[in-house]
Amino acid sequence: MSTETAVSAIKTPSRAIEFLKRPLVVAIILIAVLLAFGEALSPGFASPTQILRLLIVASVMGIVAAGQNLVILGGREGIDLSVGGIVSLAAIVAGNVMNGADGGILPAVLASIAVGALIGLFNGLGITLLRIPPLVMTLGMLGVLQGLLVVIRNGMPSGQAAPALASFVTQPFLLGLPGIIWLWIAIGLFMAFLLKRTVFGYRIYAIGSNEQTAYMAGVPVKTIRVGLFMLSGAFAAVAGFCLLGYSGSSFANVGEQYMLPSIIAVVLGGTPLAGGKGDYTGTMAGAVLLVVLQSILTTIHIDESGRQMVFGTTLLVLMLFYGRGRAMRG
Amino acid sequence: MPQIASSTSTAREGTLKGVLQRFPFVPALVILVALLALNGLFEPRSLSFGSLTGLVSTYLALMLLAVAQTYVVFAGDIDLSVGSIISLVNVVIIVLMDKWGGSGLTVIAACLIGVLTGLACGIVNGIMIAGLRLQAIVATFATSIFFTGLALYVLPVAGTPAPEAYWETYGETYFGIPFVFYIVAAVAIVLGLLARMRLTTQMLAVGDDAMAAFQSGLPVTLIRIKGYMLCGLFSALAALCLTGDTASGDPLVGGKMTLYSVAAVVLGGSALSGGAGTVTGSLVGALIIGLINSLVFFVGTPSEWQNLVQGLAILLALMAGILVSRGARS
Repeated sequence: MSTETAVSAIKTPSRAIEFLKRPLVVAIILIAVLLAFGEALSPGFASPTQILRLLIVASVMGIVAAGQNLVILGGREGIDLSVGGIVSLAAIVAGNVMNGADGGILPAVLASIAVGALIGLFNGLGITLLRIPPLVMTLGMLGVLQGLLVVIRNGMPSGQAAPALASFVTQPFLLGLPGIIWLWIAIGLFMAFLLKRTVFGYRIYAIGSNEQTAYMAGVPVKTIRVGLFMLSGAFAAVAGFCLLGYSGSSFANVGEQYMLPSIIAVVLGGTPLAGGKGDYTGTMAGAVLLVVLQSILTTIHIDESGRQMVFGTTLLVLMLFYGRGRAMRG
Repeated sequence: MPQIASSTSTAREGTLKGVLQRFPFVPALVILVALLALNGLFEPRSLSFGSLTGLVSTYLALMLLAVAQTYVVFAGDIDLSVGSIISLVNVVIIVLMDKWGGSGLTVIAACLIGVLTGLACGIVNGIMIAGLRLQAIVATFATSIFFTGLALYVLPVAGTPAPEAYWETYGETYFGIPFVFYIVAAVAIVLGLLARMRLTTQMLAVGDDAMAAFQSGLPVTLIRIKGYMLCGLFSALAALCLTGDTASGDPLVGGKMTLYSVAAVVLGGSALSGGAGTVTGSLVGALIIGLINSLVFFVGTPSEWQNLVQGLAILLALMAGILVSRGARS
């Protein structure tokens, strides 16, 4: 009895410190600090309209990161490098299907999500049936998608966003917030429900922390993993769809800038790349943190070179707060 | 996962499986020969000495970069910053040669500083990942942003040409043998020596099972840092060759090569999870990528379709390579 309390006393030095070490809390504190810092640098940085603009950018990143988060949670070196290609492809598909008409929005949503999920299906099948490591499979898929984008761009007009989609993304929709932010909140609630309240969610954590025991406990490991990659493709497609509304028309490789940052957002949100633990609420904070940081760097008057150096260094420092591996002891 | 390698030694000598286990790059070699034959079928002149020299001088940089990537993969790590190291070393030597006038001795001095730059980048990566225990994928992405920033600081816009002495030497023929083949021979000797060094075995041991390596007394952290140092060193050498081929400075020249270097390592039969692989395989893997690109051209693929066909071919080769090498290992 007494040893037990002694052990737990060592493990949890104090509740306050434990609370402060949670990734979500760390991310939120850092966001607040960065916003205050930005406001001091250039007054108006943390004004409501500016924060709203940041949140719109963060929501696209956050939606890509939702799929990435699921794939990473599922473990076995889960990662999806093809999301960059899917975002671009979905934007082009959606732009061509709706072609600037409001009536085409629903078919465009369905078409782009179908494309994303189909690519995810290919990824998932290669990873589970042929047992190709996710990094290799999705890297190869990225190459295919980039080639496909070249073909499409040569044979097709880039496509136009419907006015209703553009205003959904950029204009206030409900309670002064644009529709895309409501969509992101809805996705956040959906992810929380999926991960914490459904059998599917529990099984994701199960295969992520120990695939072997999950398999022996009767979890359909392969089906779930294929499902995760399909969800990742679908989320990337939704992000591409929203991006089309943000920029008005789809162009070249818009999605490439989301490939590695979506992984960073997941890591900054407290989900280790090894999978099995973490949640999407942290990832959402991670996405906002990343976007606020990028925005501060564009506010400061330094060269592109200095900006990149500061960005890289800051990311490394942030990663030192969390996401470090365990030390080896004999 | 650790038990995969332990079964290796039990296979009988002489069988196909035994050969594949001793020389895991044999499948890649078969693909290479097949691609050479196909190239020759569609364009007989592509097998001429001149064409093959051209192929080597274009893809020597990727071959060296694949070697660089192999050493970190041996230990179970990965380096997504190799492309940015190439860019950084490229602009460093270009700017130095430009400043110092471009005569023989200054070119050599500039190259030496370039190599030291690559080594320094490798040390930074090693300390971040092995020393501070950050996750390799995201940490090297962060350092790649930093290195790109440095490259942009050294040379903000692409265009400064290399001195004539530099690229003329690279393309010159001495005693009937093109200069690039002297480089190939020198690299082969160095790689042969490295393969015999204890460090290679140690890196493979760490990649196979880091905990077991640690418990048997290996300095795991130091070994992983050395892997990243070798990676930085060979990335710098790749940059020297790339500069000989492109003859100009470009702060973003290496960006696209990172993912190709990973693909080349996998094509060469090395396991991304670490512990198994050969440098020879990665060299062959890089040549496979080069030959796929030239074959797609010789077959007469319309230009807008070339990227797609290349992407598909590389994906198929990756899948085939993994299936064959896993068949050999299990």
